Amino acid sequence: MNGAVNVMRRELAGYFATPVAYVFLIIFLVMTGIFTFYLGNFYTRGFADLDPFFRFHPWLYLFLVPAIAMRLWSEERRLGTIELLLTLPLTTSGAVVGKFLAAWLFIGLALVLTVPMWITVNYLGSPDNGVIFATYIGSWLMAGGFLAIGSCMSALTRNQVVAFILSVVVCFLFLLSGLPMVMNLFNGWAPQIVLDGVASLSFLKHFADIEKGVIDLRDLIYFVLMIGFWLIANVVILDMKKAD
Amino acid sequence: MIETKSLCKHYGSFTAVDNLSFCVEAGTVLGFLGPNGAGKSTTMKMLTGFLTPSAGSALVNGVDVSEDSLAARMQIGYLPEGAPSYGEMTVQQFLSFVARARLIEKARVVDSVNEVIERLNLSGVKHQAIETLSKGFKRRVGLAQAIIHDPQILILDEPTDGLDPNQKREVRHLIRDMARDKIIVISTHILEEVEAVCNRVMIIAQGKLLADDTPHGLIARSRYNNSVSLVVEAAEKVASVLSELPEVAKAELNEGELTLFPSQKQGLFEAVTTAISEHQWDVSALRLEAGRLDEVFRNITRGEISA
Repeated sequence: MNGAVNVMRRELAGYFATPVAYVFLIIFLVMTGIFTFYLGNFYTRGFADLDPFFRFHPWLYLFLVPAIAMRLWSEERRLGTIELLLTLPLTTSGAVVGKFLAAWLFIGLALVLTVPMWITVNYLGSPDNGVIFATYIGSWLMAGGFLAIGSCMSALTRNQVVAFILSVVVCFLFLLSGLPMVMNLFNGWAPQIVLDGVASLSFLKHFADIEKGVIDLRDLIYFVLMIGFWLIANVVILDMKKAD
Repeated sequence: MIETKSLCKHYGSFTAVDNLSFCVEAGTVLGFLGPNGAGKSTTMKMLTGFLTPSAGSALVNGVDVSEDSLAARMQIGYLPEGAPSYGEMTVQQFLSFVARARLIEKARVVDSVNEVIERLNLSGVKHQAIETLSKGFKRRVGLAQAIIHDPQILILDEPTDGLDPNQKREVRHLIRDMARDKIIVISTHILEEVEAVCNRVMIIAQGKLLADDTPHGLIARSRYNNSVSLVVEAAEKVASVLSELPEVAKAELNEGELTLFPSQKQGLFEAVTTAISEHQWDVSALRLEAGRLDEVFRNITRGEISA
């Protein structure tokens, strides 16, 4: 656990020692702004809520989270620091969790920086702040799911571009697994239980549930399991393939 | 103590390390010597628990590295090949990170970082990002992180690679300083380094152990061991006279230098000097050779001398 905290601190400091952090934060804020005001018609729709803001989060995360995650392990492989890190007396899972937490907190910070949006909507009307808070939590959890996938994909290769593309593809599949374009692949031949299973893996479905303002235990468990599964896969991949 | 038993590492059909067994006691500075791709680094990676052996085992102070990797890693300081480090961090941040990861007590972290910075002359650059440093400094940062917890076992993969002659001397000095009660394993392909710091040498090629000896012992295997070389006027005539001596097995003339090989261990140098004063030859250089390590290395790694 100490090992994970130490790795997390190092990683977080690393984000701010390079332009990565600032570029990400600015792009994230600009993009959320564009999506909310132009595509989401924040003003003209006449409701005091943050739905136009949150609605685009899954699509924003689809590209921005893999961009953060792609370097987590590929860079360690490319620079050879993985050999340094994994010969320190800390467990592989400690290192994986540490890196994941650092990136997740960092995305959390990006979300916190959107709070002026929340303040604005309170100024313009009287929104249901409980729903907004719940959706923030849901959005952060969903980002964690994307991030765990990205971290795992990043452990597969020393090439960050490959890691990025792999993450986007896998995240995209999970994002859309409830929608017709994925469901059609299974329709007609797979039994109903498989269809339900695939549909219930959808990030969009679980996020939509949370967006309604009720944090259902099932949605929480879904994201936590998602994160857990991909991080365990991450550890297994690293243990199997440390060198090259 | 480090002990390996039939250590093997295969990559598909390629054998990187082949049945390596050895045992190293405290106070030893062991040099792994071998051509590039000989399996030196792979062996070190298995000793430090980074790679899992395909077969066999490695024990560090009695702890099996693949069974209790964490306990084994606690006792080891490791400088990986190329001295990788996190470039965006400053020297001080990086060493503090390693100190904490090495489970040094909280109160001692600052002190141990400062001590090691002092020891490797890094005070001038401790607030600089590592990626902005020269190769020599980076290597020293790598060494600093390896010794920060004062490990009993130090494994250094090419510790002086890329350093200038002065820095090489400093690093060798540091290694000799620490050697007394520790085990230090270094890999190198620089022959003079072996003579300068090691008290035991293992020559490895194609993953196999070809020789395990002291540097002296290795040099003594050279055909030049106890030979006498001289530069003299009318070398050919001198050569024919000297080859008549019973102490001389063979005389070779090479670029104006005459080398005489002994037929027995002792007495060649005395016999040659006596002959010189008898015949009043005009000798401009004369020396007794201990042997040539490069020649021994070449012969062993080409398989011309067996262990």
